[in-house]
Amino acid sequence: MTTQTRVVRLIVNGDAREVGVPTHFTLLESLRYGLAMTGSKQGCDKGDCGACTVLLDGVPTLSCLTPVWEAEDRNVVTVEGLAGPEGPHPLQDEFDLHGAAQCGFCTPGILCSAYALLEENPDPSRNQVQEALAGNLCRCTGYAKIYDAVIAAGHRCRMSLSDNGSGEPSGGGS
Amino acid sequence: MIRKAKSDNVLIGTNMRKVEGLSKSTGRAVYTDDIALPGMLHGKILRSPHPHARIVSIDTAAAEALDGVHAVITGKDMPTTYGIIPWTPDEYPLCVDRVRYIGDGVAAVAAVDEDTALAALELIEVEYEELPAFFEPQDAEQADGSTPYIHEPKKEGWNGNITKMVHLEFGEVEEGLEAADVVVEGDYFFEGTTHTPIEPHCAIGQWDGVGHLTVWSATQVPHYLHRELARVLEVDQANVRVIQPLVGGAFGGKSEPFDLEFCVAKLSMLTGRPVKILYTREEVFYSHRGRHPFHMHYRTGATSDGMLTSVDAKILLDGGAYASFGLVTTYYSGQLLCAPYAMPAYRFDSTRVYTNKPACGPKRGHGSVQPRFAFEVQVDKLAERTGLDPMEFRRRNFVGSDTRTVNELRITSNGFLECLSAVESASGWADKFRRMPFGRGIGVAGSTYISGTNYPIYPNEMPQSAVQMQIDRSGRVAVFSGASEIGQGCDSVVAYIAAEELGVPLEWVRVLRGDTDFTPVDLGAYSSRVTFMLGNAAIDAATKLRKKVQEAVAAHWDVAKGEVLLAGGYAVWAPDTARQMPIAEAFNLAEARFGTLGATGWYQTPKDVHGEYRGGTIGASPAYSFTAHVAEVDVDVDTGMVEVQKIWVAHDCGRALNPVLVEGQMEGSAYMGFGEALMEEQLFKDADHGRAGLHNAPSLLDYRIPTSLDTPELEALIVESIDPEGPYGAKEAGEGPLHPSIPAIANAIYDAIGVRMDRLPFSAPHVWRAIEAARERGELRKPEQPGVAEAVSAD
Repeated sequence: MTTQTRVVRLIVNGDAREVGVPTHFTLLESLRYGLAMTGSKQGCDKGDCGACTVLLDGVPTLSCLTPVWEAEDRNVVTVEGLAGPEGPHPLQDEFDLHGAAQCGFCTPGILCSAYALLEENPDPSRNQVQEALAGNLCRCTGYAKIYDAVIAAGHRCRMSLSDNGSGEPSGGGS
Repeated sequence: MIRKAKSDNVLIGTNMRKVEGLSKSTGRAVYTDDIALPGMLHGKILRSPHPHARIVSIDTAAAEALDGVHAVITGKDMPTTYGIIPWTPDEYPLCVDRVRYIGDGVAAVAAVDEDTALAALELIEVEYEELPAFFEPQDAEQADGSTPYIHEPKKEGWNGNITKMVHLEFGEVEEGLEAADVVVEGDYFFEGTTHTPIEPHCAIGQWDGVGHLTVWSATQVPHYLHRELARVLEVDQANVRVIQPLVGGAFGGKSEPFDLEFCVAKLSMLTGRPVKILYTREEVFYSHRGRHPFHMHYRTGATSDGMLTSVDAKILLDGGAYASFGLVTTYYSGQLLCAPYAMPAYRFDSTRVYTNKPACGPKRGHGSVQPRFAFEVQVDKLAERTGLDPMEFRRRNFVGSDTRTVNELRITSNGFLECLSAVESASGWADKFRRMPFGRGIGVAGSTYISGTNYPIYPNEMPQSAVQMQIDRSGRVAVFSGASEIGQGCDSVVAYIAAEELGVPLEWVRVLRGDTDFTPVDLGAYSSRVTFMLGNAAIDAATKLRKKVQEAVAAHWDVAKGEVLLAGGYAVWAPDTARQMPIAEAFNLAEARFGTLGATGWYQTPKDVHGEYRGGTIGASPAYSFTAHVAEVDVDVDTGMVEVQKIWVAHDCGRALNPVLVEGQMEGSAYMGFGEALMEEQLFKDADHGRAGLHNAPSLLDYRIPTSLDTPELEALIVESIDPEGPYGAKEAGEGPLHPSIPAIANAIYDAIGVRMDRLPFSAPHVWRAIEAARERGELRKPEQPGVAEAVSAD
């Protein structure tokens, strides 16, 4: 059996990459199985769970529903791209401090959704966090620790914003 | 919030990071499907389209001939039954001559990629002879053998649809009911639900060609998997290695061997190549092993002053196609009800039957969540009938600490009264119960759960849990742990204990885990056993090492051993703390004195904690946790919509080793109970609504697990009762806090509108029907306050 393949150019966490994959591959499959970027997870394969969420040109996107060619030449940021040379992004650190990742399988997608929220609004209310994460299922936490972590990370982002006057929360790729 | 007990500990009891926390939030954490091995093939399993059928023939020739296909196997390639319970092995890795549910595996393929494997499945021809199927447990129970039973009867003339019957009676049940001033009788139905961890099951097999088999799997029971792989594949246990990468959630859904683990192993043995199988989400729903549907009937008696006199239960468990843990589930359906309330007499009569649906098994709160729902509603009814506040009714019947239950289980620490007080005051109960406007209500429920089963699944006298610990010249501590990290934090627990006991910073502890080749046996992440048993094992190992270090430093300083403390990265002389040395230096002194420093530590359960009757060991645990919930709800009587505003969860976890993780378990449990209460149903179609036996909605959004917008506010209230045998006094926290969510919500609905919900879920259609029935009876109203209602005296 032969599968048709094609080479797709993606900008993943700031790096221009080429990946040869079957034409029907999704962005998620291309990242995971083509580029060995396994941070983004597959929980359902049909857009239900949000574990595959990445940032496509800064917008939280379900990579399991995105044909890879749709991402051609576009900026993809995955959970691996949130940390910078200075260390983990405040979101990543606060998730650890608050126990917001239990099994951790939904965490990469939730972090991408939360990152986009904080980019737009580093001072979200609990309800705003709740709404921003409505497309990401977590089966472990009951979400409470996740809200705490996102709000705390927003606070740290605001602090660093007032320290250095830069709007970037941190990290490469975006 | 934590009601903190006193302690001398430095780290234990404080909020700490998890050892793998940052790896999870940065995407570095490795789960099974993240692993790709050189030359790896991809496997797929062909599944039965029929709920019950004989396999007449399977033709795999066309599939084998397809380009890119390396092997095709059927049931004949692994004709050995397996099962997690050694007495009930009733499953083949692939069906041999009969399929018993839609989704039962019949053949498997290994190919160069998933596309090719899927194409090959299409080419396999299976001829079936369809058989009449059983979907309702009552039909299965009453079968007369005129159509084939789902399994062969164990004895001539028996009903082959019955997995297990348990009848246990303690005290004078009928006399107790006769002596009661109030008897409440009710029927309850708990619909089945499933776990839905976000990570689907995944396994990789690798055969090295000369006798060694390695299987990576998203399992929560690597040790039992190890044993069953060896048995079914006829490989020496010593040559089987099970590697457990991090597990992306489990909740009981990965606590027995599954078809994919045997298939990857066999396919690798046949091809000489590594083989991976990843379940689709649909396959996860069909593999199931989730909460059994329970049909329950309860009679409960109390005196007019609110003391329980007798409890009588009859339960029918809908088990699905295979036994799974069903023998234990059948016992648990009754055995775990006997606390936190004292009951002078108790009887339960439980029967588990097979049906032609995916097998049920253990889900968080195994076998005891369903009866707890029914019983706590019964208690609420009794409180009302005796004119007592339901908080007060529960207090009066408190079983106590350091006591035995009516079924002879040993209770040690018991913080249930503190749990009740905590939720009562945090929720503002006194101002709300029966006092809020029609449509808003508040309800309470309590529960208990085990901190591990006292006996292992297969009889043996060996430790239930163990670790190996070594310390090196740099100050680093390595802990080899075979416990199953499924998100609950057990890798962190051993690290906290090593750091606490050996005085090193937490970051210096490495946990080397999840590999049967180098870790001592731990039996797995089930029955809430890990913190209690693994924690005690870790303390045992660390204490052995600490004593050597203390002795070496004491000799060096020429002081008494007991005066040397290890804490915060230093060895310190207690009488004058200015005298200290870096911990690495202390370790070097110890290594010079005793040689290379390593120790094993283990935990074995006490043996006198249960009654000497058949089944008396099932439900026995070295310690029990206790929980109380209060839920506050709004009910819309026009639509039947229930909105849970908040759940307060108070849980007696003995001692919170790391409060932030305990709260996470409590919140996650309450969330999962909430989902079962309001939204979730593992339903199968009947012949009137599609193909009988087909899963109604095998996807996360259609099955409906709660999103962030659905989930109510949760407030965790930790209660510490300091268990005499738990590690630092700790007990379980991962399953107990689920139980009361459901009855607390049911009781809150009653407080809101006067309607009793006796079946799950409390989804709008069910609630609306109950409202309409109550409206017709003229009972749709705010219930009376306790004491105002006519308390039933002797009637």
